[in-house]
Amino acid sequence: MPAQDLDEESSAWLRRLGAAGAERRAAERELHARLVRIALAEVRRRAAGTPVAGRELDDVAHQAADDAMLAVLAKLADFRGESRFITWAYRFVVLEVSAKLGRHYWRNPPAALDAGQWERLPDRFGIDPARHAEAAGVLAEVRRVVEEELTAHQRRIFVAVVVDQIPRDALAAELGLQKNAVYKVIFDARRKIRRALVAKGYLDEPGRSGDE
Amino acid sequence: MSELGRLERFLRTDPRDVGCDEAVAVLHVYVDLMAAGEDAAGRYPGVAAHLLACGPCNEDFTGLLAAVANG
Repeated sequence: MPAQDLDEESSAWLRRLGAAGAERRAAERELHARLVRIALAEVRRRAAGTPVAGRELDDVAHQAADDAMLAVLAKLADFRGESRFITWAYRFVVLEVSAKLGRHYWRNPPAALDAGQWERLPDRFGIDPARHAEAAGVLAEVRRVVEEELTAHQRRIFVAVVVDQIPRDALAAELGLQKNAVYKVIFDARRKIRRALVAKGYLDEPGRSGDE
Repeated sequence: MSELGRLERFLRTDPRDVGCDEAVAVLHVYVDLMAAGEDAAGRYPGVAAHLLACGPCNEDFTGLLAAVANG
């Protein structure tokens, strides 16, 4: 993107980071300091959802900032000016924090992979099958679809995420999958289960709101 | 059957949902539009649909929005 199409601050970042010698080093130090500051704020914002705490949380932030810095510098030529430069750079550090904390989930997980806590599914959805016979039928149909209509791979992911409530990013890290691959499995399973529940008369046909 | 409300909302999918990869690819653009008070959801309805349905991506979105707000 031509420099004149960028905002002033973004142009300055690109110019300084593309310069030589002291100017470039100063820009890199300044950008790294900002990435560290954002990473520290981000790990604290997410602190309640991770077993990592204290000094180690700060270490995660610094690692995330270092990795984000490398990524920003390596991909500088890819920046197309669709956003401000600093927002583009911050995206790297937020995603690094997310990925690193996801991997730490497995240190002391509340549920093991493949635990299959089906007995807890009613609680997940605020359903009491003892009070409503129809609810018991619905839950049984959900389980039937998962067990009979999903592949072993899809079933493992669905049970981990929906039944055992393992965070999707933690599961993706553990299984070596892309986050999107996990999301797609859950997305397709939701549609299958919904279709089955509609066919059995438990749920109404999809409305016209655009939702399926 | 109101008791099934939470399950029904979970099962409801939006065909506009672009998925994690596409949403994350433009997250910085989406966040800048929001920070500027523009109609990000109108410009990127598939991203908006995804952020409503995907907890992890919504968390990344919230983090990036906070980062931009805090400079």
